[in-house]
Amino acid sequence: MDSSTWLKILGYIITPITAFVVGVTYGGIVRVITARVQNRFGPPITQNFWDIIKLYSKKTAVHHGLMQHWGPVFAITASVTSLFFIPVLKDSPLWLNNSFNGDIIFLLYMMVFGSLGMALGAGQTGNPNSAIGVARGLALMVGYEVPFVLALVAIMIQFKTTSIAELMAVQDGFSNWLIFQSPFAFIAAILAFLGMMHYAPFDVTFAPAEIASGPASEFGGKYLALMQTSGSIFTFAKLVLFTDIFLGGAGDLVTLIVKTFLLYMIPVLTGIVNPRYRTEQAITFFWKWPTVFGIIAILIVVL
Amino acid sequence: MEVSYDKESRKIVQAIERFARKHSLWVLAYGTGCGAIEVPPTMTSRYDAERFGIRGAATPRQADVLLITGYLSVKTLKRVIRTYEQMQDPKYVIGFGSCTINGGMYWDSYNTIKLLDMYIPVDVYINGCMPRPEAVISGFIELQKVIAEGKAEGARKYKENLDWYRANQQKIIHNWNMPDYNW
Repeated sequence: MDSSTWLKILGYIITPITAFVVGVTYGGIVRVITARVQNRFGPPITQNFWDIIKLYSKKTAVHHGLMQHWGPVFAITASVTSLFFIPVLKDSPLWLNNSFNGDIIFLLYMMVFGSLGMALGAGQTGNPNSAIGVARGLALMVGYEVPFVLALVAIMIQFKTTSIAELMAVQDGFSNWLIFQSPFAFIAAILAFLGMMHYAPFDVTFAPAEIASGPASEFGGKYLALMQTSGSIFTFAKLVLFTDIFLGGAGDLVTLIVKTFLLYMIPVLTGIVNPRYRTEQAITFFWKWPTVFGIIAILIVVL
Repeated sequence: MEVSYDKESRKIVQAIERFARKHSLWVLAYGTGCGAIEVPPTMTSRYDAERFGIRGAATPRQADVLLITGYLSVKTLKRVIRTYEQMQDPKYVIGFGSCTINGGMYWDSYNTIKLLDMYIPVDVYINGCMPRPEAVISGFIELQKVIAEGKAEGARKYKENLDWYRANQQKIIHNWNMPDYNW
């Protein structure tokens, strides 16, 4: 095999590991920021690593059936697969770049797969809190998918492409970023992003004080560790996707970290200062303003 | 098939595991006693237990530490046993306040238990009526020391002496209709 193949194989290995490390570190930073806002000192930034290692080193993990076994596995499969099809860096031989025509549409389906797997897994536990959490999560998804798809459709019509790599190629130079070229699509997508990240006011799915962490309530030990790993990787994947589409992608890792971190702060800072919506309020929100912005984006492009 | 571990590498893994367990304690506060009022100030901005990796857990399945805050009546003891058995290994119990040690001010009550260790294995006691948040945090740090030394073996003790614990529990709980857990 030639060297480019080896580089590609190496890329398949280091991309999920980097996503995991960055995602977990971001989680730790978020906990510190939350603590400082609440006038506390907060845990060390490495806290989430110790949490995950502790969960992996639990000696027992009770399960209630085969599907509960597969739920977290589906989730982590969906996270890693989504990550494999999102170009991490622009024109890099090492970092994965599996972009093809139609990968935006593929990702729209792939990003839902993990949640559906978790829904099946949580459904088998028989815990009523899990059932409520799953119902809320899927209802919320119906809410935020509408503006998200509208925003992506607007962009796909505007640039006549369904490939992320081609969208990244369009955005050469600061003024050509899609955030400036199609601002209404960006507004719709970023509002949908708030719901996707499950921070307040859209944290109806996991609401620990209300439904005892919802779908995760019967998952302990290694199952919970798998779910947290998958969540960290998926967070990074979503951030990179938004950076690629709207912020012109990144040429090197430092730029990528800066851009994804700034993007991540939008849902985090919104979440810290907000209480929780009820489920129907959250869905109504997504079907009102973000959807209107998405339709405006499409109308501007078509007319 | 028996997997044999190299002794040195096993030691390194164990050190990492103990460090992680020590620095990540998810607490399930069983707050039916008076001591529950001391838990919110311990967790919130004044005393901020999250500095030490101590965090509330939503359900027994996710928790590491069961915090028994004060007296337990016979009725609540039954719920505590069910909760304790649903937790995943390794798990720890902190007895909080004098009531868990000798009954405290309920020493002559007909309806409360006097010594918690007879029914579930306790790793650390915090005495006082009530212990202030500083005392609670020092109790947690004591538990961290016990975990670092590898002496927090409550779950193993419970499994090995299950008959003894069951006999004690059934002596005091008369309507015993609990499911058998495969924890």
